[in-house]
Formats: sequence, structure tokens, C-alpha cells
Amino acid sequence: MAKIKSLEELTKIKEQAVKGLKMRDSGKKGKIVVAMGTCGIAAGAKDTLRAVVDALSNLNVEDISVVQSGCFGLCDVEPTIEVHLEDSDPIIYGNVTPSNARRIVEQHVIEGKVVGDLIVKRGEL
Amino acid sequence: MPVVESTVLICAGGACISAGEKSTKQALEEKLREYALDGVVRVVETGCMAACDLGPIVVVYPEGVFYQKVTSEAARTIAEEHLLKGRVVDDYLYKSAEGDLRRRPQEEIPFFTKQVKVATRNLGVIDPLDIDEYIARDGYFALNKVLTEMTADEVIKQLKESALRGRGGAGFPTHLKWDFSRKAEGNPKYVICNADEGDPGAFMDRAILEGDPHSVVEAMTIAGKVIGAERGYVYCRAEYPLAIDRLNTAIERAREYGFLGENIMDSSFSFDIEIRIGAGAFVCGEETALINSIEGKRGIPKVKPPFPATNGLWGKPTLLNNVETFANIPQILLKGGKWFSRFGVEGSRGTKVFALAGKINNTGLVEVPMGTSLRELIFDIGGGIPGGKQLKAVQTGGPSGGCIPLEHMDTPITYDALTELGTILGSGGMVVMDEDDCMVDVAKFFLEFTVDESCGQCTPCRDGTRQMLNMLEKITVGEGSEEDLEALKELGEHIMKTSLCGLGQTAPQPVVSTMRFFWEEYLAHVHESKCPAKRCKSLTRIVIREEKCVGCTACARVCPVDAISGVIKEKHTIDPEICTRCGACLEVCRFDAISKVSP
Amino acid sequence: MMLTKEDVTKTVHDIYERVREKSFEEGDMLINALHAIQDHYGNYIPLEAAETLKELTGLPLSKIYGVMTFYTMFSNKPRGKYVIRFCKSLPCHVRRGRSVIEALKGKLGIGFTETTEDRLFTLEESSCLGLCGVSPVMMINDEAYGNLTPERVEEIVDAIVTRERSDEE
Repeated sequence: MAKIKSLEELTKIKEQAVKGLKMRDSGKKGKIVVAMGTCGIAAGAKDTLRAVVDALSNLNVEDISVVQSGCFGLCDVEPTIEVHLEDSDPIIYGNVTPSNARRIVEQHVIEGKVVGDLIVKRGEL
Repeated sequence: MPVVESTVLICAGGACISAGEKSTKQALEEKLREYALDGVVRVVETGCMAACDLGPIVVVYPEGVFYQKVTSEAARTIAEEHLLKGRVVDDYLYKSAEGDLRRRPQEEIPFFTKQVKVATRNLGVIDPLDIDEYIARDGYFALNKVLTEMTADEVIKQLKESALRGRGGAGFPTHLKWDFSRKAEGNPKYVICNADEGDPGAFMDRAILEGDPHSVVEAMTIAGKVIGAERGYVYCRAEYPLAIDRLNTAIERAREYGFLGENIMDSSFSFDIEIRIGAGAFVCGEETALINSIEGKRGIPKVKPPFPATNGLWGKPTLLNNVETFANIPQILLKGGKWFSRFGVEGSRGTKVFALAGKINNTGLVEVPMGTSLRELIFDIGGGIPGGKQLKAVQTGGPSGGCIPLEHMDTPITYDALTELGTILGSGGMVVMDEDDCMVDVAKFFLEFTVDESCGQCTPCRDGTRQMLNMLEKITVGEGSEEDLEALKELGEHIMKTSLCGLGQTAPQPVVSTMRFFWEEYLAHVHESKCPAKRCKSLTRIVIREEKCVGCTACARVCPVDAISGVIKEKHTIDPEICTRCGACLEVCRFDAISKVSP
Repeated sequence: MMLTKEDVTKTVHDIYERVREKSFEEGDMLINALHAIQDHYGNYIPLEAAETLKELTGLPLSKIYGVMTFYTMFSNKPRGKYVIRFCKSLPCHVRRGRSVIEALKGKLGIGFTETTEDRLFTLEESSCLGLCGVSPVMMINDEAYGNLTPERVEEIVDAIVTRERSDEE
């Protein structure tokens, strides 16, 4: 990877990355972020991640990327995931067990209906 | 003007309207008028609460009770039962998928709205393994600024204006540390990040390293430039393997982009970072012990002065800050010191991350302006105490701190206010305890910790804390006397005055603090051999009340030590000799037949 | 498995070289080396390793032993394949950690600092693991487990035992 030598180069990377964060030009319709801090993992986030990936692949969804992040702080409802579809507010879900993860993929990602009973927060963190 | 006692929020999002929100609102308002409650209950329509499949949704404040599928019939019932008679209506109460009834947090619960995020701004937002995402959030722009526009003096001036104080516990002004190590003579110099977070109940440093490791890498590099160091160490405890992994990746990516290594961003400045992993010694969080440990020695503290700023790692000038302190710095330099000092109050500026743990509904990490009251932190943001219990005390500052009782919940959280209450802000861990927790037990718990973790170098700490623990053990088995209490106080004072390092100097603090606020509880232990909270094992028994036991065997099945005997459909009994008072049986009994007693 | 002195000497030499390559100070790398040696031997440091380190570092043996015994995470006794570190700090304690500890001890049939006969598990107490948000917690080697209950710890132990048995077959 090339080294960054100036403010211009840094700004260019920023602009690219902002697009990526907002999912423009990425060819994806949305992303699911699984919080993978140790506390999330201790509450079962690895199984959740697996369930999300499996559910997407079983339903042949290819335009949703799955990424990880640190923990946003509400340990009580771990594992948490954020579903961020193009052109709509991100939704953070809590207590996402593997079966809840499947439900979120089926209901929110496929049918476009927010899963009310698992919402922790709507909108940007 | 009538006092508005309750506020009822009705979701008027599209989905709720289509589910009949208008007639719900009408029915509710009619009933409120009927009961003459229209002056004291305010009805407000809100935007979409996002739980569209549960509509119409009604949330009643101040309790925050969340009702779902509120038809007009339901609205009338809620008006009568809840708003008139004050009884929550279970029938329409939100039910989670698992079927447990709970008062569901509304979308914009205070947990989110009351926070101001600086050190934790990227946590949960970016992929910590992707340096580009950090850059997307202005990452490494502060470094660029320091390399191209700012002089070292200007950086220190910004830190001074920010009034940032060390977030690791001692609260020393950060700009002074930077200035001292910059002006110190000696070569080479070092930058160290203290990631040996050890206070029980504190975990913000772990979360920052796991969720936003680049913020620490960037800040350390800036520090290197300012003080004139080319090498940095992160001393991270071995209990945090994931944090170490993420930080390692961050350091590698930063090298690839040229933010670490030779000629950073094409400047003449070079800097690199190495991680050193602890091996399970709490005392290594003390800066001189930490330095010994990096040097590969036993982690024992040294006498100060000299301070690390002049005589640190390998005897060279060393700047030592903790993870959270560093994580604030890029933002301060980008937005200006004055921006940061606008948050908070005199003497305690900026924001602070707190870890909420123990008996609190919203366990987790929160960042709020300094000066926020304990009540706001525990009850609004933290969601209060589970199970309808009373808060008894909040423990802050770990083994160097103390317990703050309920009556002081309106205290603003500042360095000074907490010191006045006989505790310290510490690294920001808050362990919440309820009426079932015994303060003598808590004090004993911390003394056990100190005895374990004392490095053994100086006598007051090594032997003194052992003696204090012996006395506390006597008290918690009901064999203590008032003389023991006096001796505890006296010994505590000596240890605080004569120990070599901060660990010993503050070790008696949990005892002193609980004695100050919970003296009666100590007296109950020594005078009546009674533990009012029914927590101390020797002073408590768990008994099965014959008249209520139906012989379902549930308790016997969960007892981890097989202390419960009895056959199905007959009364069960607990053998107090075997019973460890763990309380597992209490939770499974559906007939309210098991209880704790303290004679 | 018996370790010969020659084996240990060679292994420790290799490990020390690897650690040296990654460090940028020529100073003291003792603790990093001890970590690497302990990882290599699976949760313990054979005493013979200290002799080799003495030659490599030029430090007196007393100092090496001093460091090894100061830090609670280093062990000279072989430990189980899985080291269970149960967090015994206050947040876990107030959230009913005691009943989980009892269940875990009962399940394994051992107390703290002991190793099961099949050498699968060693049970240790840990200072705060920093996972208080999901307390009570424990770590098994590098894996964290939170929101523990007496039932859940038994399931976790069972799952590991089952996995180990099927690996053997």
C-alpha cells in the first residue's frame, strides 16, 4: 500500500472511505454491522455473526455486506447488530441471538419491515 | 398552572396511524377529561418510534412504560388503570420475543440522548480493522495538522485550554505532563500508553482499543512529535487478547500508510510503537511499576520523585498517559481546546467515559460531560436498578475508591466532588449495588483484592492490609468487636500515610468510606452478629418455609453443592453446613418458599 | 510427554530469536519471551527454560525466577489444555457470581488453582476481565463467556468435553 505523504492524499482517502461508509458506489444495497467487542463475543456475537452470514447465504442475498465493529456501549443488550439499508436510517437491534438474527434478516432485509421488538436505537449513533 | 405529572407519547408515524392511532388518541383524551386528568397528563404525538409492527404505540412517562397495540379500548383501560390508579396494565405491556415482560426502552432513550461522545465517538461506528473508516471520520487529520501547521508549543497550549486531566485515575493535567517531558533533558525519550486497566468495574480502555485503536496510535504519534520521542510502547494487560490483536492490526496498517515508521507523512519525523503485554499484576497500572515491567522486571513501584517525565523508561524522559486520555487528543487538536473545555464544569472539563456495572439495567459504557449528576448517570442513562430494588450505593474508583450512598446521588461527578465524598473518580468504573449488598462484605472484597495484588515491597501495604482483612473477616463471621472497628480505622490511617505507592496509600479507602456512610451496618455485624443485607455467609442462612414448600424439587436440582434434600411432593430442607448461600435456589422457587434470614 | 533438556534449550533459543526480531529495543525482552514460551508449551513454562534464558539474556537465574513468580499468569506447573479464568471482581460478585463459581467447581470437581485429572481444565481466579457489562464472566484460554448462570457454565464445559472426545476418535 502506498504511503500517504500529504493532506491531499489523506483527504482523497477520506472521501473514498466516506462513500464506502455511506455505501455509495460500493455496489452494495446495504450492510449489517455486528458489534464484536469482547463483551459482545462473550454474550455470543460469534454465533450471531455466523447466523447472519448463513441466513444471507441461504436466502441468496449477495448485495448486503457483513462487517464488524467495536462495541457501542450498551452491554446489557449484547449481542447487537446494526442493519443499514441504502436510503434508510440504520437500525440497531439488541439481544440478537442466532434465531433473532435469522428473523431480522428475513423480516428487515428481505421484507423491508423493521423488527419492532428488538430495536435498541434508530438512526446514526 | 397545573403541574404536568405524566406525559403520554403516542406514536404518530405512518404505520401507527394506519393501525388506528387517531382513535386511540381520541379515546385516551376523552377518558382523561372524564377523570379530570387532562390538566396533569399531557398527551403528545411523536414521530415514528420505529417499532412499526407493534403499533399503535403508547409510552407513558416518567415511568417509561411501553405499551403496544393500543386500541381505543386499550387506551381507555390504560387511562383508568395506569394514569388514574397508577397500576401498569400488563395486558398491553410490550413483550419481547422471548416472552418476558419488560418496560421496553423507547427509541431515543436517555441512554443515547444524554451522551456526548469524544473519546468513544467511533466505537461501534467504524470497523476497527479498517484504517480507511477511521480516516473517513477525520482520522489522522490531527496528526497531519501537528506535522504541518502546529508547533509543539501550540499543541500544548491547546491541551492547556482543553483543561484535559488524566483519565486513568489521578487526574493530573495532561498539558503539564506533556510540557514536563518535552522540556526534560535526555535522549532518547519515550511515549507510553497505559492500557493496564485493572480497576474492577472499568472497561472503557478495552472498549476503545477494541473499537477504535487508531485513535490511540494517532495520539501517541502526536505525543512523540511534541515531546521529541521516536518510540512508543503500549502496555496492555494480557486479559485483553482481542484489544491486543486489534491494536496490532492498527499499528501494521498505520505503518503501511506511513503514519508510523520513518519520515511520517513525508516529514522528517519518525516514530514507531511496540506493544508490551502484562502478565497479571494489578500494581503494574502504577506508572513506575509499569515502567519496571516494560523493562522486563518484577512490576514493583519506585519512590517518586523523580517522576517518569524526567526519569522514566530506561531512566529517560517518558510521557505516560492512559488510553482514554490519548483517545481524546486528536479531537481536541482538530476542534480546539476551547471546544473541549466547553463541556463539563470548573475543575473538571470535557467529557468522561463511565462504565456502568453491577445492579443496573443498562450496563455498559457511556460518555457524558463532567459534572453530570450521579442520579442522571445511574437512573436516566443507566435505566435504574433492576427488579424494583432500592439503590444502596455506587462504588467508584475501584480498590482505591469508596461507596457513595443513595442520599448523595445528586452530587455532580467531578474530581473534587467525589474526593469530598471520600472516594475518587478513578478511571470511571461505577459498580451499582442494591439493598441486597452488604457494605462490610464489599469492603472485605476490596481488601482481599489488595492483599492479593500488593507487590510485597513495603510493609504497611503487604502486612497492614493483611491485618485489616483479618479483622474484616472476623467481623463478617460475627466475631468482631467495637475495638476491631477502632483498630481498623487506626491501621487504615497508618497504611495511607506510610505506604510507598498509590496502591497502598489508597487501599484502606473502601473500608474508611463504608464506615463513614454505613457505620450502622458495621455495628449490626459486631453487636448483634447480624448482616442486615443478608449477604455475609456465616451470618445468614437460607431456609425453606414448610408451609409454602410443595416439594417441586426445583431448588434441589439447581443447588450446585447438593445441600437440599427431600423427595418429590414432600417438604425440602437445606443443610446449612453444606449450603454456600449462593442463592441459586431462591431464584428458581416459584412458591416463594425460600428466604434468607440473618439471626 | 517428557521434555529433554536439549529440546527445551533449542526451542527456547528459537523463540527468543523470534521475539528479538519483533522488538525494537535490545533491552530486556524477558517478559515477552516468557509469554511466547508459555504459549508454545501450552499454558506453562518448563523450569529448564529459565536456564536457557539465563544464558541468552545474561541475567542471573534468581532474577528470571523472580519475574516468573511475580506475575500470576505465568505458571511453572503444567496446566490443563483449557485454563478457565473466572472473574472474581466486584461487578461479577454482586451479580451472583458466587453461585456460578460453585456450579463450575462442582461440575469440574476441582477448586481454584487445581487441574482436572484428565488434564483438560485448570480453574483459576482472575482479576477483573473488563467485561462487567455482561457479568458474571470467565475466559477459557482466549475466549470470553459472559452472562453466566450455573446452567450455562455446565453447558460450556460439556461442549468442550464433547468436542475433545470427538477429536480423539
